[in-house]
Amino acid sequence: MKQAIAQITAPLINQNPITRQILGVCSALAVTTALDTALMMSVALTTVLCLSSAVISLLRHHIPHVIRLIVQITIIAALVIVIDEMMQAFAYELSRTLSVFVGLIVTNCLVLGRAEAFAMRNPVGPSVLDALGNGLGYSLILLVVGSIRELLGQGSVLGVVILRPTDDGGWFQPLGLMQLAPAAFIIIGLLVWAVRSVRPEQTEPAQHRVPKARGL
Amino acid sequence: MAEPRPSAWRFLARDNDDPVKIVGMAFAVALGCAVVVSSAAIVLEPRQAAHLEAARAARMAAMLETLPGMAEVLAETGADSLSTYLVDLASGRIVPGADAENYDMAAVAADPETMVEIPPALDVAGLRQRAPFAPVHILERNGDVELVVLPVTGTGYQSRISALLALQSDLTTVAALTITGQGETAGLGARIEDPAWQALWPGHEVFNDNGEIVIAVVRGQASGPYEVDGISGATRTGNGVTNMLRYWLGEHGFGPFLQRLHTEGL
Repeated sequence: MKQAIAQITAPLINQNPITRQILGVCSALAVTTALDTALMMSVALTTVLCLSSAVISLLRHHIPHVIRLIVQITIIAALVIVIDEMMQAFAYELSRTLSVFVGLIVTNCLVLGRAEAFAMRNPVGPSVLDALGNGLGYSLILLVVGSIRELLGQGSVLGVVILRPTDDGGWFQPLGLMQLAPAAFIIIGLLVWAVRSVRPEQTEPAQHRVPKARGL
Repeated sequence: MAEPRPSAWRFLARDNDDPVKIVGMAFAVALGCAVVVSSAAIVLEPRQAAHLEAARAARMAAMLETLPGMAEVLAETGADSLSTYLVDLASGRIVPGADAENYDMAAVAADPETMVEIPPALDVAGLRQRAPFAPVHILERNGDVELVVLPVTGTGYQSRISALLALQSDLTTVAALTITGQGETAGLGARIEDPAWQALWPGHEVFNDNGEIVIAVVRGQASGPYEVDGISGATRTGNGVTNMLRYWLGEHGFGPFLQRLHTEGL
């Protein structure tokens, strides 16, 4: 039980897929212009991650090693298409704003990464817990970034006006930058910095060191 | 082995590096995924189609509401909506008896069998190809054209923009422009969907006195009846809208149809 809880909570901060493992950053840039799209993307990705981990873990003893990546991708792609179709049927407006990014969950390194690193080697139960934990960790960052970008870029959160923009007769001048991809980079960078300042053990050792000039 | 086992078990018991197992697993996974995906698509299709239809109807209704005096005109003529005709773009003639309501221009334009190639010199909207016909919505009163609604599409900064352009009975004054689809930069180009920006359009004129297409989305302060204020930070989206209108009102778009409507009436 304790281990199960640890499996879900570890990826929230300590092993967070975005800030620690730097996985799935591209989609985190694209869908966080507003909180509702970030929320929908989080739900979609967590669902895909859990289901794909369950299926792949179930088949793990019978997936031939040489074609394992193709088998994993096929399973993930099938699940993503099903989720995409469901969103178009039940959450049409949101699926329009998310457009291609749900389809691109297939190429999200996070999903394939967890399949390859965990689900291929562990039983179904722990695999699903691991997937859930990582999905929640990804969601957490998406929701934080989505709230900041929507608040500063549009003056609202989940469509509810908090800082009334000047267009609307208020005082708040929305920051156009927040609606562009670089803002997500900046916010994610600040988050990585914040997390690593609190937990310095996450900082990786420098990989390249410029040799000191020795003179001729 | 003491007792014979079903062949499925024997297959699974094979070594994972066995070629039969590799091909067999690949096939089984592909088949399983194909069944799941196609059943999801088939089961959910009616719901998705209903959403698309509702979205189209809602945009049309929203546009009619924004038109000045539209409600009165409709009440007067007794018609509850516009009638839709299928127009042959090359000749500018209405195709009699065609099912215009369900004509899907995007699908026809994408199909190499049915599409018409646009000569590069005329392709200001960057479309490359278009459908040979277009559904046009017309409001008539006593046999006269009161309002024409033209479906248009063009290339913006990063996406395909589609819109409905409503012209008044003089066939040059804009009654309304409604953006029905776009995927421009959120917060910048995507603001062409804002009702506030679309409200700039009514009253502008698309043709000048010599019949040239002069309507344009401009940077900075617009002046005169042919210029519409652009959105700052979205110059290329604005140019996309301009080019879209220039193409569709031109000789390769609705030009012949508008010409014929002007001289001969319906």
